[in-house]
Amino acid sequence: MTAVLATRGASSAFKRLLQRKMALFGLALVVLIVGAAILAPMIAPYDPYEQHFDGLSLYGEPLPPDATYLLGTDLLGRDLLSRLLYGARTSLIIGVMANGIALMIGTMIGITAGYFQGWLGSVLMRFTDLMMAFPALLLAICLAAIFQPSIWIVAFVIALVNWVQTARVIYTETSALAARDFIAAERTLGASTARILFRHILPHLVPLIIVWGTLGISTTVLLEATLSYLGVGVQPPTPSWGNIIFENQTYFQSAPWLVFIPGFAIVVLALAFNLVGDALRDVLDPTLRGSD
Amino acid sequence: MTKLTDLASETRSVSDATVVLSLCDLTVSVRNQGGTLPLVNEISFDLRRGETLAIAGESGSGKSITSLAIMGLLPPPAVKITAGSISLNGEPLSTLGEAEMRMIRGNRIAMIFQEPMTSLNPMMSIGIQLIEAIRAHSTLSQREARAEAIAALTAVRLSDPARRMSQYPHELSGGMRQRVMIAMALALKPEVLIADEPTTALDVTVQREVLELLRDLQATQGTAILLITHDMGVVAEMADRVAIMRKGRVVETGEVAQIFAAPTQSYTRELLAAVPRMGQGGSAKPRPETAIVADLQEVKVGFDIRGGVLNRITHRVHAVEGVSFDIRAGETFSLVGESGCGKSTIARAIVGLVAHEGQIMIAGQTVGAMTAAARRSLSTNAQIVFQDPMSSLDPRMTVGDQIAEPLLIHGNHNAANRRARASELMLKVGLTTAQLDNYPHEFSGGQRQRICIARALALTPKLLVADESVAALDVSVQARVLALIQSLKEEFGIAMLFISHDMAVVENISDRVGVMHRGQIVEMGSRAQVFGNPQHPYTRRLMEAVPVADPAYLHPIETRPTEEIISPVYTKGTILTRNRLIEVAVGHLVAIET
Repeated sequence: MTAVLATRGASSAFKRLLQRKMALFGLALVVLIVGAAILAPMIAPYDPYEQHFDGLSLYGEPLPPDATYLLGTDLLGRDLLSRLLYGARTSLIIGVMANGIALMIGTMIGITAGYFQGWLGSVLMRFTDLMMAFPALLLAICLAAIFQPSIWIVAFVIALVNWVQTARVIYTETSALAARDFIAAERTLGASTARILFRHILPHLVPLIIVWGTLGISTTVLLEATLSYLGVGVQPPTPSWGNIIFENQTYFQSAPWLVFIPGFAIVVLALAFNLVGDALRDVLDPTLRGSD
Repeated sequence: MTKLTDLASETRSVSDATVVLSLCDLTVSVRNQGGTLPLVNEISFDLRRGETLAIAGESGSGKSITSLAIMGLLPPPAVKITAGSISLNGEPLSTLGEAEMRMIRGNRIAMIFQEPMTSLNPMMSIGIQLIEAIRAHSTLSQREARAEAIAALTAVRLSDPARRMSQYPHELSGGMRQRVMIAMALALKPEVLIADEPTTALDVTVQREVLELLRDLQATQGTAILLITHDMGVVAEMADRVAIMRKGRVVETGEVAQIFAAPTQSYTRELLAAVPRMGQGGSAKPRPETAIVADLQEVKVGFDIRGGVLNRITHRVHAVEGVSFDIRAGETFSLVGESGCGKSTIARAIVGLVAHEGQIMIAGQTVGAMTAAARRSLSTNAQIVFQDPMSSLDPRMTVGDQIAEPLLIHGNHNAANRRARASELMLKVGLTTAQLDNYPHEFSGGQRQRICIARALALTPKLLVADESVAALDVSVQARVLALIQSLKEEFGIAMLFISHDMAVVENISDRVGVMHRGQIVEMGSRAQVFGNPQHPYTRRLMEAVPVADPAYLHPIETRPTEEIISPVYTKGTILTRNRLIEVAVGHLVAIET
């Protein structure tokens, strides 16, 4: 019955999600970005790695957007639109994967420490504090230096740095929830710890996880860019939205589109996930049912 | 105490006095999408100098909205006065601006709230808060205001007022904090004092003292009191006149004696009938010769407090100190006592939520360090219903799933069968099967408590622990839930441990009673023995403190010094003096001080 109810609940939640204009807009943006990333080889006008001879002006400057190069070219004469489309793959993998792993680690640690408290909770939270105090970038550089750089390793490194805030927030919320009477009631009903954690505490944490997840997307994309800039992230010439910005930032004054366009893409990505996340949080909350 | 005839003449002189506060056809409405919805509808009453008018009603009747309207504290912009007027000594209040209202608030109309802890600033000493309040409304110097503040604290009979001035709210007990609030409210000699449930959060013995204090202060200062309460006992003791409110309207208003003796409206009659009264317990029954379901021997519960640089155990809270009793099948045993006496801790120890020393046996199973399987088996033997029905249900799960969940935990994997059982339980507790797929927030407080009861009964336990289970409910709802508990108990033949601070409720529901004080039982016996022939001074004091819903009843006068905080925290290694219980009659045990 639980399974039946759950799917029924999920499908009706999806229907309610589709009734919201902003959510629909966000969802459309997400589909657009993901679609562009998957179909990049088909829709990209040029090879993202090709340095076009006519892609630079006579003085060797990148070209502004025109009919041939729709979004202009970068400082090596490569087509910006093609690089952006391919870069979407990298940025999405980083934004979704790295962020997802970070959320998972943060939630597991926060929920365990918050529910069990005691020495286990102390050890976990002191470790979290230690990670928080440690400069994230330095840690990322160390980790990236140890492992052979690849996009998956970068995602993993970012996750290892970014779970800390989530763990803190989840810990606080879980300790408050664990003190509520309905958790005591579950214990007196003989419910197992796993049942209490996953059926009764986790659903209450979903709104928090969604908020931190959507906030984390833009920070992880930018952290990847920073790592790339320092040479320990995604290796050039593979494009990512972050490293497009960093490669071209020295030309900001003469070729501002090289920074603004990928920057705008990151903002749109974060906004799209934010809109969907907000709506998801509301439709999944039964106490708000019927109020929209 | 004054005789009844004197009281009557006093009442007459009151009615001649000048009208201080007058409400005329007051309507307060909330704005929502579809227009305005009246919360309070055409209320009119006059409050005279030196008089106490009680506004009584259940939650949601609009009594607090009325008081906020008088104070000009309605939450803007949604809630507004839409018709009628309020006037203070003939001046209209409802048309005044915020700045003018601020001059009146505190100065001419003062208010005390239910929860004195949240109404005082925890970061400021009592003295500074009092002086600030006084200086905000007068031109007194710091020194004069301080003298005034000490005088006010003396007037509310706080011991050692000069020392109290430098104390912080957390250093005072609930009753002392409420006295400080009263001192603050009365320091400026307001014409009207609005007391919104002033004693609801207090223990019954403390309530008695605070009520007496209010009455004395009113007699000396002539303040008009508007008393807002849900407790008909408090109404009977305090008020000259009463207005009964329901769903935003005044259904009946009149002299207290007349309303209690001959209510004209059916709602008033229902409300008065629902009030649990002492002395209605019925005749004594012999103890049933059934099996012992719960057996507690020398149970102790303590919590360590760590402190100091090395984080070592420095103090220990002795919440429960050597309690022994047993409950037989089909029997209701009540534990009664004031807050902090350890009664809820016992409840939690029995269902295995807190660790204890000593022995607790439930249906032959020892409660203690348990394996997961033993935990599950205990849950089929003992179940608990908590005080707050909102927080004891998971807000994100349908009530049907929650009632059926214990069955799933205990290995019933047939969904249809579980749902059928949940429907059956819903009907048993007086709800409908159509409500199975609703979430807890879609139910009222009383209905939620019924759901908690249904969930607790899903495993057909042998012992049901009700920890203040009706304390958060309105009287009429409380009466219905109590009747439900009683009938279910008889139907299932279960033993019940009923925990309450309310002596009247306890007398109505129990077979046997234990009175707890500071973690120990001071008196225990059958209901007839404890209520009919109380032996321990503490039991007597508890019983005398209960407000009686009868305006003609006069309480015996008892003067006691202001209570200090009785704390169950002792330094590590303290050995407590234990009460020795002696048997004064068969089954009637009384503690003697050693």
